[in-house]
Amino acid sequence: MAELVIEREILIEAPVEVVWRTITEPDQMALWFADRVELTVEPGARGFMYFGDQGGPVVVVSVEAPTRFSFRWNHPLEEDPVVGNSMFVEFTLSAEGDERTRLRVTERDHELRDWPDTEKQRYAEDHRGGWSTHLARLATLLEGQS
Amino acid sequence: MTLTEEELVSAVAEPSRRRVLDLLIRNGEASAWSLADHVPFSRQAVSKHLVVLEGAGLVRRRKQRREVLYQVQPERLHQATRAMADLAAQWDRRLDAIKRLAEAAHAEAKPRATKEST
Repeated sequence: MAELVIEREILIEAPVEVVWRTITEPDQMALWFADRVELTVEPGARGFMYFGDQGGPVVVVSVEAPTRFSFRWNHPLEEDPVVGNSMFVEFTLSAEGDERTRLRVTERDHELRDWPDTEKQRYAEDHRGGWSTHLARLATLLEGQS
Repeated sequence: MTLTEEELVSAVAEPSRRRVLDLLIRNGEASAWSLADHVPFSRQAVSKHLVVLEGAGLVRRRKQRREVLYQVQPERLHQATRAMADLAAQWDRRLDAIKRLAEAAHAEAKPRATKEST
């Protein structure tokens, strides 16, 4: 897919099961994500994340303990989350030895419009360097111009 | 992220729209017709992209004789770049928090003897 993808990762000095609990238990999520999280962590479950007195819905997509956890969020309250109205967040965990875990997060689907897959494929080729590289290049071009 | 930033990010998130934007930067000022010569999609598609880009304030249009010409608004583009960087930074902060929490939980769970021997 060629849409905008944010991808970050971090190395954690803790076993993969511990990291898994930190990212999936609602009480723990409330410590790093929202102020309060109401969520049952199972595929298809609908929950809510509170940021102060505001917040938004979240829908769990997949739960594969202890390696994969994904959800959609930021969609309008009254709608089902789909590509185009929400963002897809996926955590992948991989054990690196007994006491170390590599945690990767990707957030995608920031785009609003849907395009045929063939076209997306083609632009994926064009933008292999990724979104941020592309924008950085745009900015450089602009500076060169002015 | 504020609403306008969200609008900005969505406007540039779409790959073919970025391509139109890229072309405009290279060409300075151009019409939908001339842009369509350089992309593998129709002039109608180019026009639609331009409407979205204009709505997000990323391009501005002016009429010259019978042509409509489009030009990139550099400040908005920089703002879009910053909004993207902010999103990434936000995830970095969350990952840092997860790391602190998990490592603290792990240290607490470790038998005292192991902890003292290290």
